[in-house]
Amino acid sequence: MVEDWLVATLARGLAFAAPLLFAALGELVAERSGVINLGVEGMMILGALMAFVVADASASPWLGVLAAAGVGALAALLHAFFAVTLRANQYVSGLALTMVGLGLSGLFGRAYAGKPLAHPLPKWDVPLLKELPWIGPGVFEGQSALLYLGLLLALGLSVFLHQTRPGIHLRSVGENPAAADALGVNVYLVRYLAVVFGGAMAGVAGAYLSVAYRPSWTEGMTAGMGWIALAIVIFAAWEPLRAVLAAFLFGAFYHLAYRFQGVLPPEFLKMTPYLFTILFLVLSALGKSVRLGAPEALGRPYVRGER
Amino acid sequence: MRLVPRGPVGPALSLLVPLFSVLLAFAASLLLLALFGTSPREAAVAVYQGLFTDLRGFSELLRRAVPLVLAGAGLALAFRAQFWNIGAEGQLLLGAVAAAGVALFSGIEGGWLLPAMALAAFLAGGLWALLAAVLKARLEVNDVITTLMLNYVAVYLVEWLIHGPWKGKTAFGFAYTDRFPEAASLPLFPGTALAWPGVVLAVLLAGFFAWLLFATTFGFEVRVLGENPEAARYAGVRATVTLSLVALFSGGAAGLAGFVEVAGTHHKLLSPLQISLGYGYTAIIVAWLARNHPLLAVLTGLLIGFVFAAGDVLKVALMVPFQLVEVVNGLVLFFLIAGEVFLRYRVVFGGRRG
Repeated sequence: MVEDWLVATLARGLAFAAPLLFAALGELVAERSGVINLGVEGMMILGALMAFVVADASASPWLGVLAAAGVGALAALLHAFFAVTLRANQYVSGLALTMVGLGLSGLFGRAYAGKPLAHPLPKWDVPLLKELPWIGPGVFEGQSALLYLGLLLALGLSVFLHQTRPGIHLRSVGENPAAADALGVNVYLVRYLAVVFGGAMAGVAGAYLSVAYRPSWTEGMTAGMGWIALAIVIFAAWEPLRAVLAAFLFGAFYHLAYRFQGVLPPEFLKMTPYLFTILFLVLSALGKSVRLGAPEALGRPYVRGER
Repeated sequence: MRLVPRGPVGPALSLLVPLFSVLLAFAASLLLLALFGTSPREAAVAVYQGLFTDLRGFSELLRRAVPLVLAGAGLALAFRAQFWNIGAEGQLLLGAVAAAGVALFSGIEGGWLLPAMALAAFLAGGLWALLAAVLKARLEVNDVITTLMLNYVAVYLVEWLIHGPWKGKTAFGFAYTDRFPEAASLPLFPGTALAWPGVVLAVLLAGFFAWLLFATTFGFEVRVLGENPEAARYAGVRATVTLSLVALFSGGAAGLAGFVEVAGTHHKLLSPLQISLGYGYTAIIVAWLARNHPLLAVLTGLLIGFVFAAGDVLKVALMVPFQLVEVVNGLVLFFLIAGEVFLRYRVVFGGRRG
């Protein structure tokens, strides 16, 4: 009984965590390069619409995911141009991106609202691993293919950031761009690439919603998840593997709140993810050491020869 | 392409550039309309006739501008202190909730009811913002995210109230409260749906914030805190106190916008989507366009009010989806920050590489 409950929480929590994980991993990379992008919500919703439209037209959900990554990357490119090249206020540019994204997706998505998707993403079982007790049915059975990719991505990013040369370059650009520049790292290029990668991942996060989690398109279906992803990056102290844990905790809490259906009014349940986010941020602030993770140059444009 | 910093620019240029940015954004929006198969010419004519040929049309523009000016002036104050209040939407809703609560359940009657509602709305909006400000000041919790999360919490709070404990006895299947008593209605300008006290309130509050910011010690502290937190600490500015007051004022202003919406237009608490058309989010643009000058927010609020009212006209006259308004607003913001680059830097093509 308790076992079933735990397994269900694990499985459902992860299913809910997947879009948060992708969006958070993307933003994490962008922020590691020193650029904050508050446009995650906007890029996610554009990705969700694009994925649905392409998956619907091509009958291939994977093509939809790819297109979502493309549109997210394109939107992020705009932010990179403003933040890196024009040295504009990164907060405002990101907010503008979110507004334009929500508006455009509402505008172009009207024709698709309420239409079910005939070919959603497949659910996979992982052979062998699914035989494990508890973890098997909780993590490796019947989850969306994208979730597994997300877990692999977190692992890959962790290695990339800490063990590889380009990863160390990326981090140095976020910590001390002047020093990185002096060592011959192209600060602008690295930042562009990191921000564009972040956008592509936000697009994939949106795609998960519209072609896997709930295969359909609804206006505003990201419901603030882009912002929650931003909070997860902070809670995870800019570490990919901790982002997995944070995203999962989040999903699990959400699932547990869902279980209280009938006990509490539904509006309170809908409120919980947002309250959790605040709680998460407070908790990470209380654990002071966590703050060490913030890239030193986060949010500051780099100008050669300026301090 | 290189950017070379330039010195201070004259007032003419610093006015012309944002104006040009807004015009560009409008032009881009007309292009988008054309993409949707609506003739830009037809759209322009419809907007002109809908808003600028009679009092009623123009009053609709003002009605949209009032909450934008109120919330925008408050945000201008907040942004000056580097308090990234993205939560005006939630603060507005909390204001509406508090005003509705007083109107429906306080038992206050007659001439005191409206002031009591306004005060409650101000406090509710202010306290909602204060929560985020205190977390920022004491624990360095990211204010962008907390204020934004509190928006969603506010939305579901309103949803809960109108579906649950405050659901009106006369509402039958619908989710809203009973109608407010007569004494809770703001008077309308004759021949229009515009609650004129809202206009007065918006202008007065914007003026008050400008005075506070530029003519008082408190305002000086706010600006120092925003421009150079290090220096503020050495100068003895108590960051927590200053930030808290800024949050109270900023959230309070948004709360008042909620009060004007329910007491001037709706006369009941109803769906959050109907109380606010995203005024709280859009007010960010109002403040930014005004270069965070509370008094200028009156002008920029009118401008963005125009975008909303034009969206209404286009929806009715040419069946253009209202989401266009959001896109236009986002574009205005993009063009605006792009324009600011040209105020700070001279763009040099080619030449010696830096």
